[in-house]
Amino acid sequence: MHRRGDSPWRSRCQGVLTAILAWLVATTAPAAPFVPAEDDLVLERLPRVAVGLGTGQQAAADVGRGALSAAIARAGDLIAAGRAEGDPRYLGYAQGVLAPWWDETDPPTSVRLLRARIRQARHDFAGALEDLDAVLAARPGDAHAWLLKAGIEQVQGNLAAARRSCAALHRRMAPLVVATCASRVDGLTGAAGRGYRRLQGALWRAPSADPAVMQWSLGTLAELAAALGDADAAERHYREALAAGGRDVGLLARYADFLLDRGRPAEVLALLDGETRADGLLLRLALAERVTGSPAFRDHRAELAVRFEAARQRGLRAHLRAAARAALHLADRPREALMLALDGWSIHREPADARIVLEAALAAGQSRAARPVAQWVQANGTEGEPLRALVGAVLGKGAP
Amino acid sequence: MSRAPSVARAIVVHLSCTLAMLAPITPASAHQPGASYLEVELEGARAQVRWDIALRDLHYALGLDRDGDGAITWGELRGRHPAIAGLALAGLRIAAGERTCATGLVRHLVEHRGDGGYAVLRFTADCGARGPDTLEYRLFATLDPSHRGLARIAANGRVTSAVLGPDRPALSLAAGARPWTAVATDYAREGVRHVWLGIDHLAFLVTLLLPAVLLRAGRDWVPRSGGRAVAIDAVAVVTAFTVAHSITLGAAVLADVSLPARPVEVAIAATVIVAALNNLVPFAPARRWLLAFALGLVHGLGFAGALAELGLPAGARLLALAAFNLGVEAGQLAVVAVLLPALYLLRRRPLYRPLVLGLGSAAVALLGGGWLVERAFDLQVWPV
Repeated sequence: MHRRGDSPWRSRCQGVLTAILAWLVATTAPAAPFVPAEDDLVLERLPRVAVGLGTGQQAAADVGRGALSAAIARAGDLIAAGRAEGDPRYLGYAQGVLAPWWDETDPPTSVRLLRARIRQARHDFAGALEDLDAVLAARPGDAHAWLLKAGIEQVQGNLAAARRSCAALHRRMAPLVVATCASRVDGLTGAAGRGYRRLQGALWRAPSADPAVMQWSLGTLAELAAALGDADAAERHYREALAAGGRDVGLLARYADFLLDRGRPAEVLALLDGETRADGLLLRLALAERVTGSPAFRDHRAELAVRFEAARQRGLRAHLRAAARAALHLADRPREALMLALDGWSIHREPADARIVLEAALAAGQSRAARPVAQWVQANGTEGEPLRALVGAVLGKGAP
Repeated sequence: MSRAPSVARAIVVHLSCTLAMLAPITPASAHQPGASYLEVELEGARAQVRWDIALRDLHYALGLDRDGDGAITWGELRGRHPAIAGLALAGLRIAAGERTCATGLVRHLVEHRGDGGYAVLRFTADCGARGPDTLEYRLFATLDPSHRGLARIAANGRVTSAVLGPDRPALSLAAGARPWTAVATDYAREGVRHVWLGIDHLAFLVTLLLPAVLLRAGRDWVPRSGGRAVAIDAVAVVTAFTVAHSITLGAAVLADVSLPARPVEVAIAATVIVAALNNLVPFAPARRWLLAFALGLVHGLGFAGALAELGLPAGARLLALAAFNLGVEAGQLAVVAVLLPALYLLRRRPLYRPLVLGLGSAAVALLGGGWLVERAFDLQVWPV
């Protein structure tokens, strides 16, 4: 009796100790600073868009108190560079260029528009909308303001308002931009099929649109196809989108998510090889590395943890969804992931935000915490898997 | 140029504006604006500084890419070392009272971080007679108002961290360090809280203690006669549990390992069932301490998960770990101290064995079974 009772504990005990030993061995050492031996060692590559931007000291010299138009142009370039690279430091540089006007309560309208854009990127949506309303009060037909407003309302989940803002673009922007704006809202309100057809038609009619707009539209088309369950079309559109314009880390991140969802992590490793700079891409890389058992996984997970911790210390909020995904899928901490995901949900309501809340809640065994989110998705009629299945899992359980 | 904007310029403005405005509709992919990493070690009247500054930021400030090929090489960087040191030292002030501490020679190194290349500056600030008490950070304050210095200050073996920027440039070095007693108290309190709120740990321990006042005789239990034997048995069980969960807690935390929460929580529920079954159908009546040890290893992993969610303060990890563990022990000892005398007084009552040991253990087994199902299949079995 004794012997029979003892042995399973012993083996469990050995199992645990073996696992602990394995972890001890796998701890990583950080890189040490060094003095390079060769002068031609490349230490950093600047993004192509940044090479022509000049330095901040030149900017300060160019942009005096009276040189508003120079400041606006430079800030616009910097914001575009930040978008292409997914590097928010360029938003900070843009803020620096706009510094003479930044803290004014009623700055020039063109400054306000860029300030709204920068605030939006920092997930200060209230501040951004306040600026946009002021811009639209001064220039009711400002298409850029309407487009930015639509985008914010969309990520906030304020879909009726987003639809109105998209409609305001009519005849003020290229038909393809208007169609893309509206189709995105279609995709979130149970009309992905209609949105797909609308956008496909608009793309047909605009074969030579601006590359960045083309890329945005094709990326949207891919998302709609994926929501409709047509993986082949989504795949095709993602590839078309990547080929249509310059580098866009947001697009790369969404294509990587698409591949991960289809169980194709090896292709993500190829797509994102060496992409450790942007947090969003490093996250997808680490997710793929975990699935494939890649040796770089531990280093990349640790690097992400350091960055998210720094973002938390700085009181930033734009990282919450990515941090929740890392907590759940890289660190197996569902309760922590759920807290981060719910925190993120309180400011940002896209399908991907809902998805991580639902996944974390189910993994943590706290599906009740996700019921309001599931009901919200259901009420809007948002399409696409695995979101619908997750909603079903959450609402099917623990129901009164 | 600004006086007479050309048509070309107007087009560029329009295009970059469209590009800029499309961005909200695509998710942000990086989250941290520019940052430098500042490590300051205080040693008496001196401060040893290591400062990592992103090459992209230095390029934006100084223009490092001399040949304009988009690559910053060591040669290009080396040629600008004096300018870099000048910019950096103008952006940092370490002072003792009114007096600014003199900075010595700057050593220039480089480092690759995941988010790009960094210049590493090492130097010593000498404050003369007394130690430095203030640090002010103004690097890139005008070029990038969102730039921050992420500072780690080490003094007397304690490390504090701070985020410095235009809105909060100054850091008091004297009061910067939180007293270690405050850190320890916080974590000890969290340890107690975790034991008292996570009743699975207590259910396990209490179940193992129920037979401590009894002695197995054949197929039955008889009350132990003296308090000494009871105490030895209880101390053996509690100590074994403590040692075991301290081992796994310490190993998991120090190795910085994160275990999947769900299997661990399921395993903890299973330990509760095993402990209860051992009272009903004893398979190790005299060696409950061994049971407490083996299963305690699993509970330690649960404690590690809880501690990981709290997070450990940089530089005081061992202290926080020890304090948390002591809190856990204090929490469980408080329960034992109340429970054991009561059991001791009750042990000769005729109803002790059928009611307390029998029914009590059965109830715990049922409770544990419910937890197991809840955690394994994500169901709500118990109302709490």
